Amino acid sequence: MAQTDSKPRSFQEIILRLQAYWAGKGCAVMQPYDMEVGAGTFHPATTLRSLGSKSWAAAYVQPSRRPTDGRYGENPNRLQHYYQYQVLIKPSPPDLQALYLGSLEAIGVDMEMHDIRFVEDDWESPTLGAWGLGWEVWCDGMEVSQFTYFQQVGGHDCHPVSGELTYGLERLAMYVLGVDHVMDMPFNDPEAPIALTYGDVFRQTEQEYSRWNFDVANTDVLLKQFEEAEAECGAILAQDHVDPKTGKRIVMAHPAYDQCIKASHLFNLLDARGVISVTERQAYIGRVRTLAKQCADAFVQTEAGGYAA
Amino acid sequence: MPDLLIELFSEEIPARMQARAADDLKKRVTDGLVEAGLTYAGAHGFSTPRRLTLALEGLLAESPTVREERKGPKVGAPDKAIEGFLRGAGVAREDLQERETPKGAVYFVTIEKPGRPAAEIIAEVLEDTIRNFPWPKSMRWGAGTLRWVRPLHSILCILSDEAGHSVVPLDIDGIKSGDVTEGHRFMGSGRFAVTGFEDYEVKLKRDHVVLNPQERAEHIWHDATNMAFAQGLDVVEDKGLLTEVAGLVEWPVVLMGDIAEDFLGLPPEVLQTSMKEHQKFFSVKNPKTGRIEKFITVANRETKDNGATILAGNQKVLFARLSDAKFFWENDLRVAEAGADAWLESLNNVTFHNKLGTQGDRIARFTALAQELAGVVAAEAEVIGEAARFAKADLSSEMVYEFPELQGLMGRYYAAAAGRGEEVAAAAEEHYSPLGPSDDVPTAPVSVAVALADKLDTLTGFWAIDEKPTGSKDPFALRRAALGVIRLVLENDLRLGLDAHFDRQLLRHEAHQGDDELLARALMQDLSVEIADHGVLGAVVRTVQDAIDGDLPKYIEEVRNRLPDTSRDLLGFFHDRLKVYLRDEGVRHDVIDACIAMPGNDDLNLLVKRARALEAFLRTEDGENLLQGFKRANNILTQAEEKDGVEYSFGADVKHAQDDSEKALFAALDVQEGAISSAIGSEDFAAAMGGMAALRAPIDAFFEAVQVNSDNEIVRRNRLNLLSRIRTICLGVADLTRVEG
Repeated sequence: MAQTDSKPRSFQEIILRLQAYWAGKGCAVMQPYDMEVGAGTFHPATTLRSLGSKSWAAAYVQPSRRPTDGRYGENPNRLQHYYQYQVLIKPSPPDLQALYLGSLEAIGVDMEMHDIRFVEDDWESPTLGAWGLGWEVWCDGMEVSQFTYFQQVGGHDCHPVSGELTYGLERLAMYVLGVDHVMDMPFNDPEAPIALTYGDVFRQTEQEYSRWNFDVANTDVLLKQFEEAEAECGAILAQDHVDPKTGKRIVMAHPAYDQCIKASHLFNLLDARGVISVTERQAYIGRVRTLAKQCADAFVQTEAGGYAA
Repeated sequence: MPDLLIELFSEEIPARMQARAADDLKKRVTDGLVEAGLTYAGAHGFSTPRRLTLALEGLLAESPTVREERKGPKVGAPDKAIEGFLRGAGVAREDLQERETPKGAVYFVTIEKPGRPAAEIIAEVLEDTIRNFPWPKSMRWGAGTLRWVRPLHSILCILSDEAGHSVVPLDIDGIKSGDVTEGHRFMGSGRFAVTGFEDYEVKLKRDHVVLNPQERAEHIWHDATNMAFAQGLDVVEDKGLLTEVAGLVEWPVVLMGDIAEDFLGLPPEVLQTSMKEHQKFFSVKNPKTGRIEKFITVANRETKDNGATILAGNQKVLFARLSDAKFFWENDLRVAEAGADAWLESLNNVTFHNKLGTQGDRIARFTALAQELAGVVAAEAEVIGEAARFAKADLSSEMVYEFPELQGLMGRYYAAAAGRGEEVAAAAEEHYSPLGPSDDVPTAPVSVAVALADKLDTLTGFWAIDEKPTGSKDPFALRRAALGVIRLVLENDLRLGLDAHFDRQLLRHEAHQGDDELLARALMQDLSVEIADHGVLGAVVRTVQDAIDGDLPKYIEEVRNRLPDTSRDLLGFFHDRLKVYLRDEGVRHDVIDACIAMPGNDDLNLLVKRARALEAFLRTEDGENLLQGFKRANNILTQAEEKDGVEYSFGADVKHAQDDSEKALFAALDVQEGAISSAIGSEDFAAAMGGMAALRAPIDAFFEAVQVNSDNEIVRRNRLNLLSRIRTICLGVADLTRVEG
């Protein structure tokens, strides 16, 4: 790996540097969640762990999907599948802004040459029943991160408050590497024997998914799956807290939350297919939010959520 | 007398909240201090992205001692009462003084509240201010419970005088006050102590912070205009953006950059909106080409390369943003050039309001109304129809989805691309106007028809579902819509009776909501046609009823009973808006009331013409006196009518006139009665007022010379009937009984 005081040369090097930086700051470096999500926030390491009184510090990459943003791999910076880097620390440390700026330096942003700004941007996720106050961070006019102090998640007030950092990795990397089109960005070391660009890895999948997302996905099936996920979520949470087999108290917040994630992604797919009208849209979002709230209610009944028998 | 300096240092405060917050800090702290007896000579509030600052000069070093005298129980009152009084006043028995009063000897006590040092009071007031600060939105952070707009890091609070400075001690949830602050996040030299406001301001500047937001804004504007001027260009003025940008930086550095050639073909409004909304850039126009060719951005720091890296980065971001805009524009143009049918189609699936149907329903309704206005605006119904149907097409476009504030404007471009005529394109843009009291009113007939129809449909729709504005709540901007109609009608000198249009449009809304839609639609159609021929609704239903065998469906009965009330109520709303509008013009509300009471009050132009003429007349000496004459005549007449139980309205005969002034009045009335009524008939209110003015002298002379209530009953009755002629003539012009004075 290159020295941290030199410029990174590839997409993956930026990720590796962020991992090393946040590991060095004491975060548990976690792995992506193994489900389709719209943003890193959906990872249970953020959504659920921001609830309750227990301290937490995690950092991870999360592949994220936004079907409506598909552009067949042609737009220089819009993708239906992309990566977010996510940091969540609870309670938010007093020097979180400085820690964040340190992470930019770690990936080669020279504070002496660039204009970094914290511009008001309050975050709200209607599907998660969550909101927080913070900023979008600008580097020379480019939004490179979201910085949020969570106030409420799943309808629960956050006590203590988590500080959340979200980096849009492709955009940030393109900026740091000086690349104009995402598909031209070096994925691995450009001098490696087999040098790969982001396009080598993802151009084809962007095309495939754009076509499927917009025109092919079977909406009847998606609708049915949405309803099944919704029903399953409710069914899981309706179970008695005490497992009859083991006799232990096992509240199944995470399995139920998986169904909530599924429903959310299915809704995004239906939205991309253009089969959801404006009025229905609100209703669907409300249904997912109900699931998210129920999962949050369940999580605070678990040990990780601060429940003490 | 010491000076006070307070600085609340936090993470970045949203730009839009800073000015208000600096004012609130000043107000809350000074109010609290004054209430506690600490007066001051001057106060100044400042804000930067990371701090709110308050500087007070000439503060009292301590609050003055206050003496208060309290009256207690009578001398010799029960011990319990006296002890209670002592407890309440917080004094001992030996402090009591006896004093004689008219009611006997009474105990008095003088309580002295000693003054308190300023620091003590400041600490209390500041803590209270911080804990109860009126942020529009506030938050908690870490594990604490304190709320601030973003995490609060430090509190600087010092009192300083010739002898030096001292920290006002304060501890709010672990944040201790001190005399230390810091400068610019990147260009500063870390934390430093200050001794007073001057030292603070100087050291901040040394550490690259301009404390005063006004100074930052002036600096930005000065550099921006100079930079543009040097290249023969103009910065497009935008005060709101300037204030916002000044709130995003502590050390403004202005940079100017190019817009890539690829994007100069985009409509200038698109460039400007995209740059402002997303990037907070100012637009720079080339006065020779009229195009926006460059941008100004404001950085928050100086760099070794004089901002070259920063500018290059901003340019790159702009490139990506404008690529998006260009993508939307080109996609939209493809749809527009194909006739825009896809957009119109999709509006049928977009809900306008859940009780008022889709955008498509709404377009159909106001298109019908717009075409009915063809005669009023003098344009072809066919063109109006085309324009109305196209007016909302751009709401489906990608550009308007991205930038809602470009609605209408994009419609104009897309109408042109769709090969629609200039009138259709103009209407697409102009039919939203006027948006505010100072906004221009469209004058092109087709635009006017669509603008009126759109607004009237919105108003009748929300009246039909009983969603009227109440108090300060007007979520659908219905007051603005009504004012828009008023201005469109008056400024274009249009003649139309609103009643009939209200009724027809209300019927269209009813048809939309009807249970039995087909039948309802058919009947509404009939009713609507009848209204066109016969005016308003009441009589028309009867006509239709006669035409239909048997009873009307219950639903129609119900509509017939309800609808005229709704329509009347809406007209009342218009009259209220009109009063507000004319009041700004200086027309008195009682003068308008006098005119609203006249027939044809749904014809706003007629109403206003009458009101303006009456207002002008009443300002003259003749007018003022005639009004008095009318009131006198009316009073005498009303009293006599009440007393006699008859109405004096007919039969005044000059042969019973005795006095010359009486004869002269007969003669004057004979001449002016016809003149005034024909002037009213031709709506020449100035001439009518002239006729009234000519009556003033004879009426005054009559009252001067003649006693109306004569002993001779014939003469008396004749005079009362004569007064009745005055009343009738005057009331034919306006309801003068409603005019005050």
